[in-house]
Amino acid sequence: MTTHMPIESIDAVTAGLASVGYIASRQIATAVYLAERIEKPILVEGPAGVGKTELAKALAKWRGLRMIRMQCYEGLDEAKALYEWKYAKQLLYTQILKDKLGEVLGGAETLAGALDRLHDFGDVFFSKEFVEPRPLLQALEQPNGCVLLVDEIDKSDAEFESLLLEILSDYQVSIPELGTISAVVKPLVLLTSNGERDLSDALKRRCLHLHIGFPEQKLEERIVESRVPGASQVLRAQLVAFINQVRALDLKKLPSVSEAIDWARVLVLLQSTELDHETVKDTLNVLLKYEADIETTTPQVAAFVAKAGRPGMFG
Amino acid sequence: MREELHRFFRAARGAGVRVSPAESIDAMRAVADVGIADRAILRDTLLLTLAKSQEEKQALGDCFDLFFSHPEPPAESENVPEADATGASDANDAASPAGAGGAPQDGGSASPELGELAQMLLSQDRNAVAAALSGAANAAALSDIRYFTQRGLFQSRMMEALGIGRLRDDLDQLKAANPAEAERLSGLLDGLRDAVRERVSQALLLYGREETENLRHEILRNAPLARLERRQVEQMKLLIRAIARRLRERYSKPRKRQRRGHLDVRRTMRRNAAWGGIPFLTAWKRRHRDRPKIVALCDVSGSVAQVSDFFLLLIHSLHEVVDDVRSFAFSGHLIEVSDILDKQEPEAAMREIMAKVGFGSSDYGNSFADFEKRWLRAVTPKTTVIVLGDARTNKLDPRTDILRTISERAKRVVWLNPEGRMGWGWGDSEMFRYAPFCNTVRQCATAKQLERAVSDIVAAYQ
Repeated sequence: MTTHMPIESIDAVTAGLASVGYIASRQIATAVYLAERIEKPILVEGPAGVGKTELAKALAKWRGLRMIRMQCYEGLDEAKALYEWKYAKQLLYTQILKDKLGEVLGGAETLAGALDRLHDFGDVFFSKEFVEPRPLLQALEQPNGCVLLVDEIDKSDAEFESLLLEILSDYQVSIPELGTISAVVKPLVLLTSNGERDLSDALKRRCLHLHIGFPEQKLEERIVESRVPGASQVLRAQLVAFINQVRALDLKKLPSVSEAIDWARVLVLLQSTELDHETVKDTLNVLLKYEADIETTTPQVAAFVAKAGRPGMFG
Repeated sequence: MREELHRFFRAARGAGVRVSPAESIDAMRAVADVGIADRAILRDTLLLTLAKSQEEKQALGDCFDLFFSHPEPPAESENVPEADATGASDANDAASPAGAGGAPQDGGSASPELGELAQMLLSQDRNAVAAALSGAANAAALSDIRYFTQRGLFQSRMMEALGIGRLRDDLDQLKAANPAEAERLSGLLDGLRDAVRERVSQALLLYGREETENLRHEILRNAPLARLERRQVEQMKLLIRAIARRLRERYSKPRKRQRRGHLDVRRTMRRNAAWGGIPFLTAWKRRHRDRPKIVALCDVSGSVAQVSDFFLLLIHSLHEVVDDVRSFAFSGHLIEVSDILDKQEPEAAMREIMAKVGFGSSDYGNSFADFEKRWLRAVTPKTTVIVLGDARTNKLDPRTDILRTISERAKRVVWLNPEGRMGWGWGDSEMFRYAPFCNTVRQCATAKQLERAVSDIVAAYQ
């Protein structure tokens, strides 16, 4: 459904995101609503796998917009993020048009005359035809607007942040040869960060700051429910309770929502209807990504399963 | 509501959240959009627009809860911000006549000769009292409170605005006429005093926290490191970490300043050999900028130990800025402590260092000899050697010749002395015999001086 109507309320956001399978907390819904209303980008921070990138995808799906994703990495620069001149095409065209150029310039007596004539063409070779738009410029040129996802901005260099500032605050890009290109329709911009380094204040100031942490137990159950419909209600509750206990341990990498979903899928594939000690032990590697973490958790599994199995203790 | 929001921004700044005008405008727009009916959503909105990190969110959330909670909550209010806003404006009307002396307005109440405040208290109209309190808070400009020392002043200002003068007269009259009623009124007055005190404390928490914190930091920064109380040591450690963060931010950015030097003739010729030596492409010598290399020799004997502790903490928190730090601790003899400091928590590391070399009487000569024997090679022309100590040699041979050797090898030798200049050269201080071999000798007794010293050392490499 292509809805270009403004979003009416925060509840509409929650409902809309839910319709495409993204269960949003109130904070998330408020952020999306505000981003649309006061036209500001959202900077999403939080641990890996809590659905930062997923939020952008869900948004694009719900609003029926194209999603343009820009993955950041060290060494990302203007040419890869913003625009680039098509050098090869420029060269090729000059070669093809050589004769034509000769013709045009043929009449000129002096070098200065030839130069003048050349000037008359204007900057033919530095026109829009020869610009290769990269994600940021593409996002501005979408006629229907789009969702621009700048993923893992903390991985990029500090200089790249400054490059983003113009887009984030004014939704425009300045190309020296062409002038300023403004957005046709202002895109909805999401930036995600894992907090690997501190972002500059200038960048933060231009964004709404949304922190997505691990969801509450109830919410997580609903997320698992919407993502893995095959899991029984008992299994869901136990699984989420179990994972919440694991998160209390001192681990290298805490299991997050994406791991919970993966695990639920695995358990459904194994046709478990309830958590039991053996299955958990065998499938712990889905949940935990480091050998050391698995070693820390294994001795506790029995206790955790027992606790998670007792209804009423959690959730 | 706008007024209320502006006050909240001020409170937020008080809580250490930097709220710029642009952000406050955004927040206003956002609030105008979501409305103020739902307090949870209002809270989310303000957190989204104003806070810029997880810590700030926490601080701002607390600030929000404090701000929109009232010590004397009006009996029934579904909508706190609005209730407060209207309450404040009502109170303005109510409070100004009271402040002006309390024109007696008889509403047919039991004791018409009493002032407004007394009537209000006796009738126990909670809403009116709350409104009057808000009005008095406005009249006393309570949001200007900055320091805890101002508490008394603001309390009396608020009481004044509430009409305490008139109330006292009433009380005196009542005592003669109706002792029981007077008793009741004075009890109520105590209650009111408590409410006012609470208001002022809350306001101080809201608006004054940052100033108080700044003041405390300023005092701490200038406090002598060697004579800190136990309670201050923890705070000082936090402060040192903050200093380290500041230095890191300032110096860790890769400098892209002009690094081009002279024309490199040899490389230019070679590069242009293909064009018969016509220099189409030029090659330039690059000026190399070294990253700081530091060798630190720290006296950990008695009086200087604490300063060395902080110094080591600081210098080892500068990983991003300083390429290579090797630290040595000495009192009677000298050992290398870099590994201990890198591998362990600061407290544990310091304990281990102290156990190994601490608490002896210092012997600079012997320690320098140790250094010369085993680690002199660590000193290169790129190294800054920092000696931290009071240069009190206990009348032993200072071995200035070794410092001279070190100084000849090193880029710079910096001596940081925790003692004041007045003490240098007195008693067994050999500062003036060491000084000729140091590029800089400076006093380093407080956190401020420590920051300056380290900052200068790092800046010398930029």
